Amino acid sequence: MDKVLNFLVAAVLAGTPLLFGTAGEVLTEKSGNLNLGVEGMMFMGGVAGLAGAYYYEQAVGTPIGWVAILIAVACAFLCGVLGALIYGFLTITLRANQNVTGLALTIFGTGFGNFFGEVMHNSVGSYVAVCDVTKNAFSAGIPVLSGLPVVGKLLFSYNVLVYLAIAVALGLAWFLGRTRKGLNLIAVGESPATADAAGINVTVYKYLSTCIGGGIAGLGGMYIVMVTCSGVWVHNCISGYGWLAVALVIFATWSPLRSIFCALVFGGLSVLRYYLPLGIPMQIYDILPYVVTVIVLVAISMRNKRESQPPASLGSAYFREER
Amino acid sequence: MSGAVHQEPLVRIAKRDSMPRGKAWGVRGLSLLLALAAGGLLVLVLGHNPLAVYGDLVKGALFTKVALRETVKITIPLLGTALAIAPAFKMKFWNIGAEGQIMAGAIASTYFALFWADRLPGAALLMVMALAAIAAGALWGLLPAVFKAKWGTNETLFTLMLNYIILGVEKYFQNGPWKAPTSSFPKIAMFAPAAQLPKVFGVHIGWIIVLAATVLMFLYLRYSKQGYEIYVVGESEATARYAGMNVPKIIMRTMLLSGGLAGLMGFLTVSGADGTLTENTAGGVGFTAITVAWLAKLNPFAMVAIAFGLAILQKGSNTIQTNFKIPASASEVLTGILLFFMLGCEFFINYRLIFRGKGENRG
Repeated sequence: MDKVLNFLVAAVLAGTPLLFGTAGEVLTEKSGNLNLGVEGMMFMGGVAGLAGAYYYEQAVGTPIGWVAILIAVACAFLCGVLGALIYGFLTITLRANQNVTGLALTIFGTGFGNFFGEVMHNSVGSYVAVCDVTKNAFSAGIPVLSGLPVVGKLLFSYNVLVYLAIAVALGLAWFLGRTRKGLNLIAVGESPATADAAGINVTVYKYLSTCIGGGIAGLGGMYIVMVTCSGVWVHNCISGYGWLAVALVIFATWSPLRSIFCALVFGGLSVLRYYLPLGIPMQIYDILPYVVTVIVLVAISMRNKRESQPPASLGSAYFREER
Repeated sequence: MSGAVHQEPLVRIAKRDSMPRGKAWGVRGLSLLLALAAGGLLVLVLGHNPLAVYGDLVKGALFTKVALRETVKITIPLLGTALAIAPAFKMKFWNIGAEGQIMAGAIASTYFALFWADRLPGAALLMVMALAAIAAGALWGLLPAVFKAKWGTNETLFTLMLNYIILGVEKYFQNGPWKAPTSSFPKIAMFAPAAQLPKVFGVHIGWIIVLAATVLMFLYLRYSKQGYEIYVVGESEATARYAGMNVPKIIMRTMLLSGGLAGLMGFLTVSGADGTLTENTAGGVGFTAITVAWLAKLNPFAMVAIAFGLAILQKGSNTIQTNFKIPASASEVLTGILLFFMLGCEFFINYRLIFRGKGENRG
């Protein structure tokens, strides 16, 4: 029983960066922009979040936990937005190929993260690590409630970013399904020409959803650096999580609510080897999430249901002049 | 009806018929300079002199015999993989799994290098290693193509996931069955001399192979029937079907070729450059090669120059790491910036901006 509980908790913790990435990409793709640069934006958000928290600590000497979290969140979000803005400018305004631009963003962002991670390392002269106060703030559960038996651990023991991720996903679900602006955004993704004719500013919607989506993905990178790696920059720390997030968007069939479930399942898969030893080598166990991704991709494409289709204009730029 | 007077927007965009070739290259050259300037700005922010850094970068990559050989060594798999990607990208099949196809080829070659070196005579051993690499890479590339052709499975993610899967397989071999028994560190033993490629002018003969592949790929894409079919499928699958082309077959055949060539690069790397298999054998080449292929607009001859240019960047970034303590990841950042600028500049080649009052009648 304890083991199951521990596994579930670990799955939630491991699934949270995926949820950020997936939720951000759902928002982006709803506008018809396929941004393959999630991995890059996660790297950018990750290093920015660490830099924000670290230099805040250095500046004040005695840091306050929640202020460090706020600063890290803000820095990571803004840096993710920056990455998405480059992508947006190239694909929306300059109409570059979305696939290649996304790949370029991944190359750039990966370099950006590792580069500034090392620059910080060089300037400090040793590992850049946040102090214990900040580290604990990033792992503390909800006070009092987390002390409850079973329920406390299962529901209230997580760090604040876990709840933020779920709130973001729920907020997106509400936005896309229940607000006029959300419906407008869906219209833009399905048929930009129709949306344009209906008086919706396609460009603004595309830019905003791409940038905010990128910011949310950046938070996922920050989570990996601050929580999974305990506030230390590890070279190549994102290691494919961004790409998994892109794949999860397809499993979640572009629904923020289903993203929560998918992220949980894949979080579970990525920690399974610690809880369910099957006697297979560790390196083979590690590829499990990727194997499952392939299987699910194939299964979804074989079923090919009407409601599990991407936004109709996904991947193509909108040319008003060429309607 | 008198309403508000609609003012002409400040900027309008119109498609160009075509820009003269020279001018188009001028735009591209200019954006290359702008990209270098943007990179220089970054260097400046870090407190170094950009000109000195760029100077050392080029010097470190080209100015000694040893450095030049290293740079050529980096160019070989980069160019070969870009060539491998070209037919797939031309078909609009987004093969971002070259990384994994290289690794698959490398693993297959390594098997023969480790366990057949004493049973096969020299030339035959190398030949078998090369063929094994081509076969393994081709199969690893064919897998997503089959599902794409039959069910339209998303190939971008499929090929990408295969990268991580084959990397896990490599790590397993390296830590388990293939681990060098004499080493406490998990690594695979160096290949026997017979399993290593001979050198010409100080660099393994891979450079001759990729140069030959460049010419062949150019001819294949430009003048062969299959090359034409790839082009048509890439432009419009519906047209290809209407013209009676067997689209699934073309997709699978092209990915066999693409994966096979990438697999061969795996062989060149383990047998020529490194002399053994490591988890860094592919080392991001599959991704950088996408940059090369795209910047070259899928033209094989242009790829030679661009692959060499990016190799200079990569080799030179090690030098500036030593000289200026600028992290070697700078080469990735610069590559990204270069790509952004080159992607962006195509807009100014294909479209023109018409400013308000520049009196041109709306068509």
